[in-house]
Amino acid sequence: MTTLEFSGVSKRYRVRGAGDMLALDDVSFELSSGRTIALVGQSGSGKSTIAKILTQLERPTSGRILLDGRPIPRRGGGLRRYRQQVRMVFQDPFASLNPYHTIRHHVERPLRLDRIVPAGQVDAETRRLLERVRLDVDRVIDRRPHELSGGQRQRVAIARALASRPSLLVADEPVSMLDVSIRLGVLNLLADLQRESNLGVLYITHDLATARHFSDEIMVLHHGEVVERGVADEVILRPQHPYTRALRDASPDPDAHFAASVTTGSRS
Amino acid sequence: MTTEPGHAPPLLTVSDFSVVYDVEPPVAAVRDVSFELRRGEILGLAGESGCGKTTLAYGIQRLLRPPAVITSGSAVLHDEDGVDVDIARLDPEALRRFRWDRVSMVFQGAMNAHNPVMTIGRQLADVFTTHRPRMSRSERTRECAELLDLVGVGRERLRSYPHELSGGMRQRVMIAMALALKPQLMIMDEPTTALDVLVQREILQQISELRKRFGFSVIFITHDLPLLLEISDRIAVMREGRIVELDDAETIYRGARHEYTRTLLSSFPSLTGERGGFVRAHEGQASAQARPRPALAGGAR
Repeated sequence: MTTLEFSGVSKRYRVRGAGDMLALDDVSFELSSGRTIALVGQSGSGKSTIAKILTQLERPTSGRILLDGRPIPRRGGGLRRYRQQVRMVFQDPFASLNPYHTIRHHVERPLRLDRIVPAGQVDAETRRLLERVRLDVDRVIDRRPHELSGGQRQRVAIARALASRPSLLVADEPVSMLDVSIRLGVLNLLADLQRESNLGVLYITHDLATARHFSDEIMVLHHGEVVERGVADEVILRPQHPYTRALRDASPDPDAHFAASVTTGSRS
Repeated sequence: MTTEPGHAPPLLTVSDFSVVYDVEPPVAAVRDVSFELRRGEILGLAGESGCGKTTLAYGIQRLLRPPAVITSGSAVLHDEDGVDVDIARLDPEALRRFRWDRVSMVFQGAMNAHNPVMTIGRQLADVFTTHRPRMSRSERTRECAELLDLVGVGRERLRSYPHELSGGMRQRVMIAMALALKPQLMIMDEPTTALDVLVQREILQQISELRKRFGFSVIFITHDLPLLLEISDRIAVMREGRIVELDDAETIYRGARHEYTRTLLSSFPSLTGERGGFVRAHEGQASAQARPRPALAGGAR
C-alpha cells in the first residue's frame, strides 16, 4: 500500500511583464494504490502542473508532497527511487517514443537503468511487459514506433511505464490523441492493469464521461483550485459547484438530449 | 436545435463521388459517395481518421491537389437563384467566384491559420476586396465590424492581432470569415475539436443561431459522435471511403442499422447514462463483453 500525499501545494509561475501566475492554489489530496482519481478541468486549470509536480519535473512554490509520509528527495538515488514508484503516461504517443529506437529498446531501458531484473532476465521481462499490454510481442518487439498505430504506441508507453513496477501511475489525457474506436480499448486496459497490480491511478482528462466511468473519485480543478471532489457518479450526476455544473451541461450528452423528446431510450 | 428542415428542397446533390490518391499503391479515399443536402440542414459527417471525410469535403469544392484525383461523380449546387451549378464544370475564374461566395469552409485547425502580422479586421476585409471589389473602404469596415459583432467577438477587436485573442475567439473570427459573403453552404471540419467544452458549447450555439437567422446549410465534420447527435438534423457515418449509414440523428441514436455505427456509438461512454463498451474499474468479471475489440477501419493505422 502506497500513498502519495499532496498537502497545501501551490505553484506560482513568473511571467515576464505580467507579474505572477498562480497555477495551483493550495491543492491537497491523497492518491493511494488501488484507487483511481480523475482530475478534470479546462485547459489552463492546472491539471498538467499537478502532473509535473507529481513526477518532479516541477517543484511546488509551497506545500508538501509526501510518499508514504516521507518527503521526496531532491536528487540522487532517492529521487530515482521515487520516480520508479510514480510513473507517467503522456498524451501523445507519437511524441513520447523515440523514433530511432525499437520497441524493445524502449521497454528494456528502464529495466536496465533501474536494474529491475538481472541482466539475464531482461529479454523475458520485456516480453512479459508487452504481453501485459496485450501486444503481439513477436510482431512489435523489433519494430520502430512509426510502424505501429497510435493505440499500439500508447500500449508501448504503458508497458514502459510499468517496467519499473510502480505503485502509482499518472495518465495525462492518455487516449485523447487516439482514434475513437480504440480509446476504450486502451482505457479498459489501464483499468485491468490497475486492478491486477493494485495501482493508484491519477487520470487527467477533460472528458467528463470517461472520468465518470473510469474513476472512483473525481476532482474538479478550476483556476488552480480544487472546487469540487467526490465519488465519480455523484460529481457528475449531482454536481454541487456551479463550475462543475457548467462543465457537465456543456458536455455532449445525447442520452439526455433525446430523453427529452420521447420516453427514455438506451443505446446498445 | 432540432429545427426541421423536413423536406426542404435540396441545396447540394453529390452523386457517385470517388476520389483516389494516385500513389503507389493507389488509395481509394472516397468511394461512390452519394447524398443530398437539404436547404438549411445541418448534416453531420462522422468517422475516424482516414475514413475520407475531409477528402470528401475538399473534393466537393475541388480543393484537392495531386496526387488526389476525382475519378467519378459530380457535386451539383442548386443555387437559390434557380440555377444548378455543376462544380466540376466551372472554369477557373467561375470557380474562384463560386468558392466562399456560395460555399465557404472553416478548415481544420483554422484558428491557428490567421496571419500573425495582420489585424483581424484586415484579414476579414480581404474577403471583400477579393469577392466584392466594388465595395468602398468604409462599407468594408462596416461589414467587418458587423461580422465580428455577429459572432460575439465584438467590433472593438477589429484592430487586434490574432495572438491577442483566445483560441475560441480566433475560431469565431474564422466563422465570421466563412459567413462574410452569406454563403448557402458552410463546411466545418472539426471546428471545435481543439477547444474546451465550455467554449465549444458557446460556439455550437452560435452556429445554430446563425443558421436559423441566415438559413445556410452546414456540413459538420467530426469524430465526436455524441456532439453530432445533439446538433445535426441528419448524420452520415463514413468508413473506408464510403457512407455506411445516413439517417436522422435520432434514428442513428435509437436504431443504428450498421454495425460500425453501433461500435462508434458504444465507443463513447454516456455522460449521464450507460457506459457503453466501458468496464468500470471495480466490476471484476464484467469485462468479457468489451474485451474483444477488433481493430476497426483498416489501412494505415
